[in-house]
Amino acid sequence: MALTLYDKLWDAHLVKQRDDGTALIYIDRQLLHEVTSPQAFEGLRLAGRQPWRLSANLATPDHNVPTTNKERQVGVSGIEDETSRIQVQTLDDNCDEFGITEFKINDPRQGIVHVVGPEQGATLPGMTLVCGDSHTATHGAFAALAHGVGTSEVEHVLATQCLIQRKMKNLLIQVDGDLQPGVTAKDIILAVIGEIGTAGGTGYAMEFAGSAIASLSMEGRMTICNMAIEAGARVGLVGCDQVTLDYVKGRPFAPQGEDWDKAVAYWKTLHSDADASFDKVVKLDAARIEPQVSWGTSPEMVVAVTDRVPELEKAEDDNQRKSWEAALKYMGLEPGQAITDIQLDRVFIGSCTNSRIEDLREAAAVAKGRRVAASLKQALVVPGSGLVKQQAEEEGLDKIFIEAGFEWREPGCSMCLAMNADKLGQGEHCASTSNRNFEGRQGYGGRTHLVSPGMAAAAAIAGHFVDVREF
Amino acid sequence: MQKFTQVNGLVAPLDRANVDTDLIIPKQFLKSIKRTGFGPNLFDELRYLDEGYPGQDASKRPLNPDFVLNQPRYQGSEILLSRKNFGCGSSREHAPWALVDYGFRAVIAPSFADIFFNNAPKNGLLLIKLDEAVIDRLFQEVEANEGYRLAIDLPAQTVTTPSGEVLSFEVDPFRKHCLIEGLDDIGITLQDAEAIQAYEAKRSQVTPWIFS
Repeated sequence: MALTLYDKLWDAHLVKQRDDGTALIYIDRQLLHEVTSPQAFEGLRLAGRQPWRLSANLATPDHNVPTTNKERQVGVSGIEDETSRIQVQTLDDNCDEFGITEFKINDPRQGIVHVVGPEQGATLPGMTLVCGDSHTATHGAFAALAHGVGTSEVEHVLATQCLIQRKMKNLLIQVDGDLQPGVTAKDIILAVIGEIGTAGGTGYAMEFAGSAIASLSMEGRMTICNMAIEAGARVGLVGCDQVTLDYVKGRPFAPQGEDWDKAVAYWKTLHSDADASFDKVVKLDAARIEPQVSWGTSPEMVVAVTDRVPELEKAEDDNQRKSWEAALKYMGLEPGQAITDIQLDRVFIGSCTNSRIEDLREAAAVAKGRRVAASLKQALVVPGSGLVKQQAEEEGLDKIFIEAGFEWREPGCSMCLAMNADKLGQGEHCASTSNRNFEGRQGYGGRTHLVSPGMAAAAAIAGHFVDVREF
Repeated sequence: MQKFTQVNGLVAPLDRANVDTDLIIPKQFLKSIKRTGFGPNLFDELRYLDEGYPGQDASKRPLNPDFVLNQPRYQGSEILLSRKNFGCGSSREHAPWALVDYGFRAVIAPSFADIFFNNAPKNGLLLIKLDEAVIDRLFQEVEANEGYRLAIDLPAQTVTTPSGEVLSFEVDPFRKHCLIEGLDDIGITLQDAEAIQAYEAKRSQVTPWIFS
């Protein structure tokens, strides 16, 4: 029988199918961070339980770490905010107590979990992988079954190496054709979300395929899978091909020697069969996708940079019109306003969506030899990991950014969710390479516009949105 | 985990689609390393007129009089009525923790986001999906009738309105069992410890690099 990639990954990890329709699914890898793990470790302690398989776990602090060199140079004790310091220290203490490998705050391998896992080869094709973070969908770019879980499930995986699940349905997003120059993976996924809506993928594992996806780098594929959750799908997937194998080979946690050959033989089977059937198929023409900018407070509220904020009469129904009205009020925008007329206060380049080396190169190529607009209060570049930062510095990208007037920071989630000191002020507009434009997401009263790294850099230079293709 | 069998509770209407977990509990409160105490900060940005931060005395903060949970008629609500795609966004379990800590026992909406849908019942919070048209009507009834209550019967899988109308809902049999008995998943899964070990033994032959 022809199987989808999701079917294959599910079948390979099925420990037990229960009569009530639930299944026990084995989890190969769990990534841990400071925000969603303390209560899980506490639960283990209270029940007198030990982790089932220690080597399955890898931890690093990311959500709540400061990104200034001043606070970072002395490690955990340098974190000025006391509750944040306690939380990061608690992760260290828990990992030490249970014997879990952790890249601590000043380890060069520290960074955003979804950047660190792939970078270390801790994310491998064919794996099941979870983390207490919804953007765990990122790892599906490696033909791994990966999704976010809550803290109860973090504890459940620590204690049992399994999860109780129900099988999802299969959704195929087929993107064929060639992207225009200046249009990136970020624009593809924003266009997909604009097309199917924030709940369009609910209940599905969402596989991305087609020539446009096949021609993307692993960084681009990660950006796409990362935001599957913004379309409602817990799981994003891309089949394994030579691009995947080339990326994984030689990474610290990747198999070597004889194991590598055996792994490659298996991984080459990790794609949907040609005649596999999907419950739903959505097709997009890559050539028609333009650089995207979100205008509202949900990632589905997105248009091309050449477009305008929608008129309320274009809403499909009353509920959508109400949502649009509320979003425009929050965002301080008018119906019909040109996207390029939106003035910006801050720019953020970073997050698990767009903080990898390719993203920084894309932004640096735009910023090179130019200056951030004087009207901007801040333009931040936050690399996804210490190793991404190192590589960027070896390539001289840090100098390009600094000379252009960007701040060059230490790795972490930073202004994507603004748990640390990097945040928007009330009413401020931000061009952000992150993944969510929810109310208050980047700071109390802050107004987020989601864009690609190139678009963010161009917006930083211009002080308002511009079409990066003409920049 | 608190058991859930029957709840006859006051209903609060949150007339908004795509209620995300950032809205349910903003990130600054996620710095806590505890599971409890999130209730005062549930819907923080909607509920108060000032910016919230951890450790504040919530009783001294200016309330937003327009927000539904601040209206006298909805004090003591145990059932939240909302719109489609409730709980979208982040996987933070702090969202159901905050709803439960505030006093909610159930959320009724046309649809829920997947991760939230998984997280909520593990904390004794029942999620009930009803048709959009039924939800529309419930919103009208709640707004028209002060003190509007719904009677939820989980074993019978019914919601009964004050007029005696009985609405049926679907629930996963496993989740239903756990909610009624107040069981946590880990104990149940560990009953299959041998099956997990057998899987590992077999799988480590196929993908040895996972287990090294």
